[in-house]
This record gives sequence, structure tokens and C-alpha cells, in this order.
Amino acid sequence: MTAQLYLDGVERSFDGFKAITGLSLHVRKGELRAIIGPNGAGKTTMMDIITGKTRPDKGEVFWNEKVDLTKTDEAGSARLGIGRKFQKPTVIESLSVEDNIGLALKTDRSVFATLFARQTPAHADRITELLHLVRLADERARPSADLSHGQKQWLEIGMLLAQEPELLLVDEPAAGMTDDETMRTAELLRDLAGTHTVIVVEHDMEFVRALNCKVTVLHQGRVLAEGSIDHVSANPEVVEVYLGR
Amino acid sequence: MLRLLRRTLTILFLLPASVMAQGLEDLVTSLPDGDFDDRAQVVNAIALSGDPRALNVLELLSDGQLSYLREDGRIVTVRDEGDDDVAYDVLSEERIGVVGRRDARDVRVNNGLRRDIAAAIGRMGLQNVDPAVRLDAAERAFRARDPEQIDALRAALAAETDPEVTTVFEQALAAAVLRSDAGEADKRIAIAALAARGDRDALSALSPALTDPVLAGEAQAATDKIERSIASWGLAQNLWYGISLGSVLMLAAIGLAITFGVMGVINMAHGELVMIGAYTTYLVQETIRNSFPEMFGWSLAIAVPLAFVTAGAVGVAIERGVVRYLYGRPLETLLATWGISLILQQAVRSIFGPNNREVGNPEWMSGAVDIGQMAMTWNRIWILVFALAVFAALMLVLKRTPIGLQMRAVTQNRAMAASVGIRTGWVDAMTFGLGAGVAGLAGVALSQIDNVSPNLGQSYIVDSFMVVVFGGAGNLWGAFAGAFSLGIANKFMEPWVGAVLAKILILVAIILFIQKRPRGLFALKGRAVDS
Amino acid sequence: MTKLIDRRMGFFLIALFIAVVAIPVGNLAIEGKPVASYVVQLSGKYLCYALLAVALDLVWGYCGILSLGHGAFFALGGYAMGMHLMREIGTRGVYGDPVLPDFMVFLSYEQLPWFWLGFDQFWFAALMCMLVPGALAFVFGWFAFRSRVSGVYLSIITQAMTYALMLSFFRNEMGFGGNNGLTDFKDVLGFDLQSDATRAGLFIASAVALVAGLMIAKAIALSQLGKVLIGIRDAESRTRFLGYRVEGYKLFVFVVSAMMAGVAGALYTPQVGIINPGEFSPANSIEIVIWVALGGRGTLVGAAIGAIFVALAKTLLTGWIPEMWLFALGGLFVFVTLFMPRGVLGVIEESWAKLRRTEPVKEVTP
Repeated sequence: MTAQLYLDGVERSFDGFKAITGLSLHVRKGELRAIIGPNGAGKTTMMDIITGKTRPDKGEVFWNEKVDLTKTDEAGSARLGIGRKFQKPTVIESLSVEDNIGLALKTDRSVFATLFARQTPAHADRITELLHLVRLADERARPSADLSHGQKQWLEIGMLLAQEPELLLVDEPAAGMTDDETMRTAELLRDLAGTHTVIVVEHDMEFVRALNCKVTVLHQGRVLAEGSIDHVSANPEVVEVYLGR
Repeated sequence: MLRLLRRTLTILFLLPASVMAQGLEDLVTSLPDGDFDDRAQVVNAIALSGDPRALNVLELLSDGQLSYLREDGRIVTVRDEGDDDVAYDVLSEERIGVVGRRDARDVRVNNGLRRDIAAAIGRMGLQNVDPAVRLDAAERAFRARDPEQIDALRAALAAETDPEVTTVFEQALAAAVLRSDAGEADKRIAIAALAARGDRDALSALSPALTDPVLAGEAQAATDKIERSIASWGLAQNLWYGISLGSVLMLAAIGLAITFGVMGVINMAHGELVMIGAYTTYLVQETIRNSFPEMFGWSLAIAVPLAFVTAGAVGVAIERGVVRYLYGRPLETLLATWGISLILQQAVRSIFGPNNREVGNPEWMSGAVDIGQMAMTWNRIWILVFALAVFAALMLVLKRTPIGLQMRAVTQNRAMAASVGIRTGWVDAMTFGLGAGVAGLAGVALSQIDNVSPNLGQSYIVDSFMVVVFGGAGNLWGAFAGAFSLGIANKFMEPWVGAVLAKILILVAIILFIQKRPRGLFALKGRAVDS
Repeated sequence: MTKLIDRRMGFFLIALFIAVVAIPVGNLAIEGKPVASYVVQLSGKYLCYALLAVALDLVWGYCGILSLGHGAFFALGGYAMGMHLMREIGTRGVYGDPVLPDFMVFLSYEQLPWFWLGFDQFWFAALMCMLVPGALAFVFGWFAFRSRVSGVYLSIITQAMTYALMLSFFRNEMGFGGNNGLTDFKDVLGFDLQSDATRAGLFIASAVALVAGLMIAKAIALSQLGKVLIGIRDAESRTRFLGYRVEGYKLFVFVVSAMMAGVAGALYTPQVGIINPGEFSPANSIEIVIWVALGGRGTLVGAAIGAIFVALAKTLLTGWIPEMWLFALGGLFVFVTLFMPRGVLGVIEESWAKLRRTEPVKEVTP
């Protein structure tokens, strides 16, 4: 089994507080994986480590078995093909919806290339296509600051797709969405799996159930349980972590 | 008491009975009597009288300026006033009146008597009842390095009981001995005494021995030892200067550390709040000078609370009027408070004028104290004490009082603090007011060492920001460590590169340091910080 | 091309063009000089300030970097040109030394310091007035952006930078005339600096530089890179996760802006006839910020208008009631940040948009 994303024995603490304690995680190419866990379980720190925002104190993090992710920064990991969506939707508020997507398109990211970049018809087509996919085609010229919370979530997903990543790290995509939108998001993520590797961090159990995939439960910075949603919710330790104390 | 007795006995033993137990008046009156030998005895008696006027009399006598009136034998000095010669009583300074050439006769002196007078003046200090005067005379004798005084110094040394004065007497004797043709053994002792003194004066007192073929080696060793001692005292002195600068920086910066560190608000008007504190001190002193001059010693004690309240009130007004509308927009806050700083500066300039205002040191803050070869001025010492007291008080307020607890609560989680019933707006105003009040306190201290002018605040603002940035925001200990390390580093560089370049190098060093630790020495690390 | 000159840019360029024609003609060609010579000189100075404001707007308005040290780049450009003008004096100085400027003779220099070499050539000085500020911005920015110093921390250390430079230039040992700076210039490229024609020429040159600066800044803002800059300003983290190396972009725009500020300084020095360390003072740099804030950050044209307006107000007020100037300037800082965070152009744009109701004005083609 070859893991596209490989974490082994990762540790990280902040001022004495141990956020990650010996975390190991293997995600196959094309897999859809949900990660759940209570607050402070280390989910955000885990994503910070994968994307190079935070360096682990100990442990190995490898991408496609050869690239050491502990040595890259955020931009580096993005260029490798790791896309990240934040919990709170972050879009570039003063740019129009289409410019947001345009900025995310997979192009040369160097300073001088962007200075002299010309928008090609292919790019324009791709933008239109993505805007239709995230149902924002009618809003394309509006400043993204004017969008509703849910629309911003969709715009960010659109930007993520525009990057054409191999791995999508999605942090609580369902937050602030209507039930209908939530289900549509789950459907989109299921569609993406296979051609993309997708890791979803989520609180909403309905949503996780809808994803219908392997679930990893994090607790106190390490993996507590792994398996199907029914399997992990039958685990007494998991029940205790979620309901007990 | 015993010592006084012994000294008196010595005097009694030395003098003939005829000149004993007389007041200075009688002694002076008896000056013209007898021959030069008799006069020498009277001179000695005057020198030993312990009367503060004695020195003046002896100096006038030596200069040949004393006369006696033929009419009643009073001893006078005659001064030229226009065309007239006017006689003054030598002791009371009473104007007796115009005298003719025949009415007054000079008290005559010859060279032998002049020598006696000079020796008597020297002894007068050396054998004075007051140890402070003796110490002073001993230091003068040390610097004079006069072999003629060896006997007098020996005599004084024999009678001396105060250990501190004894040491200086020995050193003065040593300095004189090295310039005399005394024996080798005496000179060895002298070198040792000078080596023990260990300062720059001792170094020059040793120089005659360096050319002595027999003693050169010993003298060289003593010189080396003294140079090492001078170097280490120099180090100590620099350390003191650094600590002193650090205390000033801390005072100027600590209020900023509260507003910037605790609230995340950049207050560019901080320097002007310091200025307001300084002007408050000025006003307090003006009022005291005009109405209650005898209270001047208390002026700073009165200014401290007033400056705190005044600057604090201005701070609260700034927070309520401007800053509170700009929370979460640090760059805008920076600009708005800069605008306020310009307004405050110009307001003070319009009211008090552009020139420096006179703020005086109370008596207990003037002067200096010497420790070894190190001088510490009292105002710097008090400022250090004051700075530490302010720091301790602030720590106490933040850690131990309800308002401090609320401040920390609001800092850490505004929404949560609000939901448990803390009036966050009020806490913001109080925190800002506290920072401003502390700036006012700094102003009181700075008024004692710096010019009180409308530009006072501007000269500290960059430095105080450097302290906060270097120490790390969000932690008063950061400001503490930042201020003292910058102060000491600055003063240690100054002898090498000069004051301005030292400052430039410090700035450059901080700019580079920020690259390594973007959030300062005592930064809080963690996920929450940069989210 | 049409995008480069939108409506507000168009209005501004027309107004500038009228001024560039009217002021020199009124001074030189019309009988009785309806435009006094000092007006030409002042207007030229204002245009230099306007260019400086555009430079700051490029970094602050588009990339969110609030530099409190842009006065340093301006002053360095000014010094580079000042050094050339000093060399041009030649034997006409008080001491008549063919090589050494007066202050060096006075301070008993034996020979020209190495860093003064080459400044006898105009082309070299012109190059240096861009390269020196650019190099400083590059070194400073490379350190600062790479270690992710941002926000107020960055503002404070830029302030420390200009403060350190001010202290340095005050030192006689630096070899830049110390306290007095560089002054007593005679001519530039052979034209007498005191003559009206030269002044008019410098005024026109400043206008050309301003237009060039505006066009370059606007072109950058409109490019894909400009959008990345806005991304960095609005959501730096998001931009990083999109794969953009933020530090490189910041460095690029910081250096371009510093060079622009250097050109403004180089044009400023011959027009005011002196450059001294006071130009490095932190207060000067903060004043630039209010020009931009008043005009409207991120509007470029607004920055230029703000600079001209504030500088004009300063000239009038300090001549009229000097005490009022700092009150007015201080009040302006407070007023603009509290009530006009988007500046005058922002307010105009908002009310325009409200009037039209349809959609906000955005790059309307004339």
C-alpha cells in the first residue's frame, strides 16, 4: 500500500502544551478520509504541519513517499498540489468573484510571471466552468465581500478546485451552510475522491455519515480509533471522549 | 567622645600655658605682642582653636593684610575704598571707619613665620575635630605630594583614630615619601599603600618610584595592579550608567508595554503623555516656589500622584474619544494617536512656549555618592528606585487586583470576558488610562534629568518602541528585560564608538533581532498568536 | 491601455496637463509674470510629494505594508542628486577646491571618500538615486518579509530604520555634510538653478515623473501581480495557501516603491536647493501616510491629490497662522482615520455608487 500522505510519530508542542503527541496517519491516493475529534484534539495543528505552516518537533511527514513536507512552507506545499480550505471561509474580499478564482488557477506563481501574465481564453473558460460548478456564475463581477457566508464557502471550494490539487484538506466545510447545501457539499467531495485525495475535518456527524468513508478519530494529539463511521461510533473509548466527562 | 578628649590633651601638651584656653578674639588681639617666635606660638594656637574663622585670619596674616589700631589694639584689615582707607574688624567684619595712615600699624610677618603659618594651615585641617574636614585635608595633602608635609602627616597619623581617615593619611604620607629622599624601606611601604588605593591619583603618585633603580620593579607591579583596578571600576561605572539608562528606558516604555502589549494598541501619543507628566511637575514646582517655598523638598512627592492622574485622565479621554472606535485596526490606531500627539505637542507649545522650562532637583536628589572609584548621582539612584517601584506596583496591580484580573481576562478572550459580565469598554478605558498614567509618572522622573520642552516626548518614542518590540509585547517582564539590556548594551558600546553610533548600532541590532524573533524576547508562542 | 487611464486618472491627468502648460507659460511667456517664480518652485515641490505619495500608496494601499520609513528612500534619492549637484559646484565654492565640496575642505578631508566617486556624472547620480533606495529596500525587505514581520511590528521597525539613518546622517564622519546637509547648489546639467527657465524645466520634469510613476503603479495594480498584492493585503494566509510566496511579492513592490520615492527625492533636491538629515525624521515619513490616507489608499490618484492638498495647506497655514498647522495636521489624522477610512476618493466613489445604484464603479472605459 503506497501512502500519498504519510505521517509517522509526529509531535509538536506550544509553550509546554502538547498539541500533537505521536500522531501517525497514512492516506492513500484517491482516498476520502474524514477526521473527527473534540476541540483541542490537534486537528488544526495536524493540517498546519501537513501544509508547512508549522514545523513538527519530531516525526516524519512525507508526500508521495519522497518529498519531505517538514521542509516546505505554505506556498511550497500548495505548489506540490496540497490545497487547503479554512474553517472560516477566507476569500479575498476586495477582489471580484472571478478574480478570486483567477488568482487560484494553476499558473506560474513567480513574481515576474504574474507581473506580465495575460489571461488566455483557456483560463477564462476554466473560470466560467468553475463558477458554474460552485453556482456563482451570476455573481462573477461582484466583490466577494458582498457574498453570503455560504456563498463564500462555495467560492473557497471553487478556488481550491482551481488550484487543481492532488490533495484537498477541507476544514469544516459544512459550517454555516443550509442542510441542502451541506448535502450538496458532501456529494461534491465524494465526486472529487478517486481523482483527488480528500481529507475532511468535521464536527457534524450527519455530514460525516453522508461522506460514507473511512473515519479517523483524533484525541489529545493522537489517533484514538480508525474505521467506518459505524465501527468508530461503536468504540467505547470514542463514546467516552465525545460524551463522557 | 574619648577621641575628642585625647585630641584636646595632645593640644594641651603641645602648647605653653599662656596661650591656652583663650578664645579666638583674645588670641588674635595678642598677635602684635612679642617677637616672631611668640607670634608663631599664637599662630599655632589660632590654628588649633577649631574656630571656623581661623583660616581666614591666618591667610590674611600670611599675606600681610592684618593691622592693629593704635587707639585700642583691635586687629583689622584695611581696605581701599575710593580715596579712603577703611578699617574692618578682622573677625566680626564690622566696619569701623576711615583710618588715617598713622592710626593703624601692620602686624609684621617674615618668611620664617609665613612657613609656620602654611604648616599650621595644613595641620589645621589635618587635626580638625571634624573627621570630614580631616578627610578633605588629607586628600589635599595627597594631591600636593609635598615632602615638607611629611612630619605634619606623621603627627596627624599618630593622633588619628578614624579608620577611613587613617587610610587616606597613610596614602598622603606615601605619596609625599615617594617624592622625598626617604629610605628604601619607607618607600616600599609607600608603594604598597598606593597600590592599595588603586586609582588614577595613586598611579601618578607612584610615577617617581618608576625611575628609582631599586624600586622600579615593585612600582611597575603596583602600577599594573592599579591599572587593572581602574579598568574594573570603569566596567562597574559603565554598568551603572547602563542600569541607569535602562531604568529611564523602562519608565518610558512600561506604559507603552501595557497599551501595546496588553491591549494591542499602538499609542504614538505615549511620548506626549510623558511630556504631560513632566509639565505637571513643572506646574507643581512653580506653585510651590511662588506660594510655599519651604515645601520644595516635597514637590516631587506631590507631583507623582498629580502627574499620574493628569496623564491618566488624558489617556482615558483619548481612549473614549478616539481609540475605542478603532479596535482591531492597529494601523489606523497608530495614525490617529500620532495625530493626537501632534495636537498635544502644539497645545503645550502654545500654552507654555517652545523653550525649556526650569524644573529643579530637590535637595535630596542632588549631589552624588562615591563607591570606590565609581560615582553615582542621587537623582539617577532615585530614578532607578522609582522605576523599580513603578514596575513592582504594576505587577501587583495586574496580578493581584480585580481590575488587573479583568484586564487579563479581556486581553485573552474579549467575547468570553464580556459574557461573564465584565464591562469590556470600561476595562479598556482603565487599561489605557493606566498605561497613560504610568507615562505621566515617567514624566516626573524624566523632568529631573532631561529638558522639559514640548519635544520631550518625541525624543523617547522610538526608544520606547524599541524596548517593547525587543522585549516582546504582552509581558511586562519583556519590557523590563528589554529596557535594561538595551540600556547596558548602549552604555558599554559608547566608550568604543561614541554615543550616536552606539545608538545607531543598537537600532540596527534590534532590526536584525526582530527578523530572528519577530515577537521579541519574551514572546508568547503558540497557535493563537498569529491566527 | 484604456484600462490604464480610468475616469479619475483621466480627470487628474487633464488637470495636471493644464497646470503644466499654464504655470510655466504664466511665469515665462506672459508679460508681467502673473505666475510668480516661487509658485513654480512650490508646485514642483508638491509634484515630488505627490510622486512620493503614489509610491507609498503602492505598498500600503495595495499590499497593506504600512511603511513609516518611506521618507528615508526619498531622502536617499535626494542625497544622491545632492551629491551630484555638490560636485557640479566645482571651483565656484567658498574654498574654490575643484574636487572637494566646501564642507569637506572645512573638515580637512584629504581626498574624496570612495562613495562620492562617480557622482560627477549626471547619469551615475540619476542611476544611484534609484539604486541606493532600491538596494536598501531590498536588504531591509528581504530580512523583514522573509521572517514574516508584519503589521505594526513592521511599521515600527521601518520607523527605526529611518531614525537610525537620520542619526547617521547627522554625523559629520558619514561624509554627507552632517547637520547642514548638502546645499549652495549652482546648476544642473549646465542650467542655472536660480533661473526661471530651469525651475520651469524641473517643474515639468517632476510632472513627467509623476505621470510615469502613476502609470507604472497603475499597471502593476492592474496586472495579475496587483491582484496577488490585494490578496496579500486582504488575506495573507489565504494567498500563501494558494501557492504564492508572499515575501517575494512584498519585496518586489517594496523595492519598486522605494525607487519611485528615490526619484521623487532626486527631483526635490534641486528645486528646494538643500537636502539635510531632517528629511529622514520619522515625523516626515508619517506625514506621507496622511497624504495617502486623506486622498484614499489604494487609489493612486487620490494619494497624489492628498499630497498636493496637504502640502498646499501646510504652505498656506504656516505662513498665515503657524500655531494652527500642527493642530490642523493632528486633527486631520484623527478625522480621516475615524470618519473617512477610505479617504476622499473613497467617499466620492461610494456616493457615486449609491447614486447609480446599479453596480459600483469599476474601471469604466471612457
